Amino acid sequence: MTPHPGAAPQRQPASRQSPSELTRRRTHTAWLFLAPLLAVMLSVAVWPLLRSIWFSFTDAELSLLGEAGFIGLENYLVRDGDAWYGILADPQWWAAVWNTVHFAVVSVSIETLLGLGVALVLNKTFRARGLVRAAVLIPWAIPTVVSAQIWGWMLHDQYGILNDLLLRLGLIDQAIAWTADPDRVMTVVILVDVWKTTPFMALLILAALQLLPRDCYEAARVDGIHPLRVFTRVTLPLIRPALMVAVIFRLLDALRMFDLVYVLTPNAEDTTMMSTFARQQLVDFQQVGYGSAATTMMFCLIALLTMVYITLGRVRLGATP
Amino acid sequence: MSRAPTVSALGFHLAVLAIVLYAVFPFYYAVITSLKTGSALFRVDYFPFSWDLHNYVTLFQQQPFGRNILNSVTVAVLVVVVSLLLSALAAYSLSRVAFRGRGLLLGTILTVSMFPQVAVLSGMFELIRALGLYNNLLGLVFAYLIFTLPFTVWVLTTFMRELPKELEEAAILDGVSPWTIVTRIFLPLLWPAMVTTGLLAFIQAWNEFLFALTFTLTDDQRTVPVAIALISGGSRYELPWGNIMAASVLVTVPVVVLVLIFQRRIIAGLTAGALKG
Repeated sequence: MTPHPGAAPQRQPASRQSPSELTRRRTHTAWLFLAPLLAVMLSVAVWPLLRSIWFSFTDAELSLLGEAGFIGLENYLVRDGDAWYGILADPQWWAAVWNTVHFAVVSVSIETLLGLGVALVLNKTFRARGLVRAAVLIPWAIPTVVSAQIWGWMLHDQYGILNDLLLRLGLIDQAIAWTADPDRVMTVVILVDVWKTTPFMALLILAALQLLPRDCYEAARVDGIHPLRVFTRVTLPLIRPALMVAVIFRLLDALRMFDLVYVLTPNAEDTTMMSTFARQQLVDFQQVGYGSAATTMMFCLIALLTMVYITLGRVRLGATP
Repeated sequence: MSRAPTVSALGFHLAVLAIVLYAVFPFYYAVITSLKTGSALFRVDYFPFSWDLHNYVTLFQQQPFGRNILNSVTVAVLVVVVSLLLSALAAYSLSRVAFRGRGLLLGTILTVSMFPQVAVLSGMFELIRALGLYNNLLGLVFAYLIFTLPFTVWVLTTFMRELPKELEEAAILDGVSPWTIVTRIFLPLLWPAMVTTGLLAFIQAWNEFLFALTFTLTDDQRTVPVAIALISGGSRYELPWGNIMAASVLVTVPVVVLVLIFQRRIIAGLTAGALKG
């Protein structure tokens, strides 16, 4: 990508120009510098999104994308005989929605609490703090697919270290099939996700904690106020904005979760997420129309949830100075 | 009087130890598993007793894993270069020039970073096939820009905003062109920020799975995460765990090393991306 040729130097003494002329030229340049980015964003984000939405109103199939015919809302809801069909009447889709929301809410809640705890510990000064902070970054840096494989091995029903450890400690009587048991599989996915993303949460909270004014705490200490009270009355309200932003970022991430369940629990219906459901329809079943209806629904649901969160939580995202 | 502080200090250090163990143990366990072969693989060990590199050798013999690594590096590097070029230019406009629609534009870019990748999957698939980039690394580079660009633009804009105004005022009065201002004045000052954002974009691209899984078909075009996800033996019960762990260690080590070296920068970048604003 080379810079736009229009941005090439036109050397003129600026003193000859009027201020408004200068402003006009700066605005002109600003748009020139933005043009390559906007062109790329339009082609990688806007256009594919619009096409995906369009596909959801067609009977497109993966091998015959060009021959997609418009079928209106049939992928969403249609009455055939005396039964309803379409994504809105598909119990598997709603199960996937429920799984995703369940997963997102539970895992992000645990991550936030745990992240807060880790951040409070790392906020104290102690020897080797830099090293500990680096160690905490490791789960975040490991690719999700890799962490899924590592945990799949650790949770192996026969040779896994977790069963071995629990058996040795006498906490269980017999080995548990962690990823095969329908009642446990969601818990397992949540625990692995918590392991992977708590560091991210902890570091964001830590950054917020380190911006807090020291003198408040000095004053509280001198007045002999209980540390717990200081935490709930001073610390929490002060880091609340940062916390709210960190939570929305994690929630958005959790709602689109794909990699972990695809690798760790590929055949478990109980951990089918919106993303895995949609990809299965699109690629495995080749039903691009139906799959696109799923992705469009997912997009709308997530947009709606985000707006509700931002409005109710009064989160200020990306306010320009 | 002195007992209470000692007990709480002990408790504190135990908490630190627990945090480190929790964070590091799974990776440690992957490393010791990767060094075991044969029946040793199916005996649970808590400490490394075996130092056999056999898994690492067979990993490269049984599949094009070297090629997969090269693919991942190529894609990630190209994505980083393109993202930084485009976003450094755009960040100048978004941070230094007050024009109408700037807030809206930044908001839109932030929104793109929020929407789920799978939402564009069918449209992206069509586009990549129309461009003739299906099962081609360039297709992945193209697709990855959807998640790296919003992030790099956002972080670089945040950093550029903080540079003093006087820097460019003098240059503007001297009639220096905006292009020179960006490349000669801002970029040299922005190097630390560029390194941070570049690194984070690299990690995102290196770890990406959904697009890589969907837009490539043959083993020699796969990136590492897909190769690792698809390593399989004869049946569900014969998964070559030794090879999988060896591959996991190999792809994680470079990222972990980068993270350890640049941890301060990474934390600064993450917080700039998520918290400022």
